[in-house]
Amino acid sequence: MGDLIILAISCILINNILLAQYLGNCPFLGTSKKMETAVGMAMAVVFVLVMAGAITWIVNTYLLIKYNLIYLQTIAFILVIAALVQFVEMFLKKSIPALYAGLGIFLPLITTNCAVMGVCLINVKEEYTFIEALVTSFAYAVGFGLALVLFAGVRERILLARVPQPLQDTSIALVTAGILSLTFFAFKGMV
Amino acid sequence: MAKSLVQEFTKGLWKEIPPFRLVLGLCPTLAVTKAVENGVGMGIAFTAVLVGSNILVSLLRNVIPAKVRIACYIIIIATFVTLIDLLMQAYAFPLSQKLGIFIPLIVVNCIVLGRAEAFASKNGVMASTADAFGMGIGYTFALGALAAVRELLGTGSLVGEIPYLFKYSVTNVFGPHFQPFDFMIQAPGAFIGLGLMLCLMNLAAKK
Repeated sequence: MGDLIILAISCILINNILLAQYLGNCPFLGTSKKMETAVGMAMAVVFVLVMAGAITWIVNTYLLIKYNLIYLQTIAFILVIAALVQFVEMFLKKSIPALYAGLGIFLPLITTNCAVMGVCLINVKEEYTFIEALVTSFAYAVGFGLALVLFAGVRERILLARVPQPLQDTSIALVTAGILSLTFFAFKGMV
Repeated sequence: MAKSLVQEFTKGLWKEIPPFRLVLGLCPTLAVTKAVENGVGMGIAFTAVLVGSNILVSLLRNVIPAKVRIACYIIIIATFVTLIDLLMQAYAFPLSQKLGIFIPLIVVNCIVLGRAEAFASKNGVMASTADAFGMGIGYTFALGALAAVRELLGTGSLVGEIPYLFKYSVTNVFGPHFQPFDFMIQAPGAFIGLGLMLCLMNLAAKK
């Protein structure tokens, strides 16, 4: 149990998926202009990533390794993720319309979110057990949400600041992300 | 015809150069640009995937039903990524070890899917090939440039090897007393380096 907590903390803070592993940066910049969209995206990622982490682990262990099909990993994973996202979208639309309205447009975007695919690949590469894979998927997703929401807060403030013209928009956003990433370095000594 | 092909090719080199003008495909841009050899290696792998997928999508554009097109594109792209991944493991093993999970992650690189959807599905094979080469070379160049800045400031030298093409070794560019700017080759340096490069591009474009 203690090991799992340490694993979770290191995934959320120390190896933060956005700021230390460089995964999922397109939605990081794309949906962080407003707090609302950032929260929506963060929730959608938590939701899909945990499911994707679990399913790809099962597919990998009981299909790909068992039948010696490891070379199909990339194709299998992306298909699982795409199908999962589609399925989640249909399911939510039918049964929990309120949540669907909240996540709505962010769900399809997750298919090409490299954080999801990246975490699935990391889980396999590190040879985690099923429970560990679940914990890391959840923890990485929480880390993603944390960084995204923090960043959106900073970015809303930047809108009010006077930024030199060539630095505007994406450019200043990247520099800000760099500083945020630097602050996350402070967690390095924790575990 | 010949002129338009040239145009399709050159637009990727400057006017729409991928990670700078189209802010897409950022993850590999940030992650693999610690050293020039990783950056350029990633660029070459990316170009190969993009050319392959653009040609195939363009050839099949009248066969693929519109409703399931995205799924079809993803399968086509994933096929080429697997191909390149296996080829790199066979013929450029050290490089493929360094790039790690970022090779399979080309599948979810938005530029590849974006070009398939926005260009190859509407244009002929020749134009799509030219477009893919232009975008790929532009991307390779951009990664190489960012990597060169980071490696130079972060270690003070440029050392590496592009498999089968060339080797290079420039050490102590800033003289023997240079203190390596360690932060540049870590995560924050990637974000700040790319942000400042975008700023320079904006400055250059304004003139």
